[in-house]
Amino acid sequence: MTAPLLKVEGLRKSFGTHEVLAGIDLEVHEGDVMCIVGPSGSGKSTLLRCLNHLEKPTEGVIFLRGEPIGLRWKGERLYEMTFNELARQRQKMGMVFQGFHLFPHKTALENIIEAPVIVKGVRVETARAEALELLGKVGLSDRADYYPRQLSGGQQQRVAIARSLAMKPELLLFDEPTSALDPELVGEVLATMRQLATEGMTMVVVTHEMLFARDVADHLIFMDGGVIVEQGNPRDVLTRPRNERTRAFLSRVLPDAA
Amino acid sequence: MMVCFAFFAQSIATNQNIQWPVVAQYLFHPDILSGLGMTILLTVLAILIGLAIGVILAIMRLSSSRVFQGASWAWIWFFRGVPPLVQLIFWYNLALLIPEISIGIPFGPKLAVWDTNDLITPFSAAILGLAFTESAYAAEMLRAGIQAVSSGQVEACATLGMTRGQTLRRIVLPQALRIVIPPIGNDTISMLKFTSLVSVLALPDVLYSAQMIYARTYQTIPLLVVATIWYLVLTTLLTFAEHAVEKRLHSGNRTSLRDMARRLFAIAPFRHQKELAQ
Repeated sequence: MTAPLLKVEGLRKSFGTHEVLAGIDLEVHEGDVMCIVGPSGSGKSTLLRCLNHLEKPTEGVIFLRGEPIGLRWKGERLYEMTFNELARQRQKMGMVFQGFHLFPHKTALENIIEAPVIVKGVRVETARAEALELLGKVGLSDRADYYPRQLSGGQQQRVAIARSLAMKPELLLFDEPTSALDPELVGEVLATMRQLATEGMTMVVVTHEMLFARDVADHLIFMDGGVIVEQGNPRDVLTRPRNERTRAFLSRVLPDAA
Repeated sequence: MMVCFAFFAQSIATNQNIQWPVVAQYLFHPDILSGLGMTILLTVLAILIGLAIGVILAIMRLSSSRVFQGASWAWIWFFRGVPPLVQLIFWYNLALLIPEISIGIPFGPKLAVWDTNDLITPFSAAILGLAFTESAYAAEMLRAGIQAVSSGQVEACATLGMTRGQTLRRIVLPQALRIVIPPIGNDTISMLKFTSLVSVLALPDVLYSAQMIYARTYQTIPLLVVATIWYLVLTTLLTFAEHAVEKRLHSGNRTSLRDMARRLFAIAPFRHQKELAQ
């Protein structure tokens, strides 16, 4: 088997005396879709935010292609990177938020070209052409010049996905991407994510959408109390959970499946 | 209430001491009009320079460096604490404190030396005093504005690989400036009135020009009325501009700052900028 794209070793995170992540190990291979599910407060969002160091892990190391995130070898010792050194690593890991966080003073197109132009120095014309292509891909070609407030939640989230893709990341992180959406808008965002998955994008998705997890994920992780309780093939975990906590959670979110 | 007002208006209109014909005679007098230009110039420069310094102060105040935080705090403490009138007189008399100003290596050779008296004119003293006062207020407003930009914006920038400087310049400051436009408008009106203080430096603004004339003609009240009318005209215009800008900001269909500026001023530099951006 090839080396994993992303590897997490002994990850712990505490806020004060409260331990949110109590030792996480996992691997994500290139082209895989990993879904993380679990009750609220189980630490799944914190885990995702530790991967790109939006939260600094208290303990443990995250490797992207064998390179430690946020840490730098200096002789025999590992040092914490500065914010701007970390920025270079973060380019390779896109993130899509529950609250979209589009730039409100920029149009959809400007949102998408911002980082390629400013961070990578891509020429504006090139970036525009690529952005229009990405907008087409998420089904919003006709919304290029709209401001975020003129778009629906689902459209905003699809622009946010396009914005992440514009940096050509090796890995996309999704933090409950459909949780802030009206029910009728969830489908369009999930469809976009499904399409990305079939195109071979490596994705780590924290979600409450069990059907999406079942159909799209290559690997499902169930978290509770800051640890991975159960993991494996999503159909196995969802239909034949071995752990009592998984069963209790699933019976709450999938009343008819049980 | 209406009766009181009508009585008051009538007594002003018919008061012989105001000498309305004299008011009319001097309202568009060349000296008064050039004074008006000076008042507007001082207001614009003081606000722009004050804002520029204020941005730097706000960023220093919010930085993680204790030295920057302290320096910014001290500047704001000083310039918000000293009355602008005292500052104007102080800056004008700077030569008594520091006779010459030089650029060079500290304790080493001097590269360039100026006599302070050559640098400090009534105009530069006025700009220093007014802009520094404004900078202290602008800094506090901008700090609040920057803090009002949601942390999600900063996180989104981080995940796109933007550096701190890029995030601040491209995403946070443009949003913070929009937030502080209404209070800055308010400050501009205050600043317009503060500029009348420069008459103590014999700088010919509207008020000093009026004073010069009535010193000659002894028509004190009519010329003060002329100055009053011009101040009211300018503050009224500024209030209208402020309301227009605010309405734009609050309406559902907000346009970008650049669009707004272009519409307000409709001048060439903005068009040029747009072409460059495309």
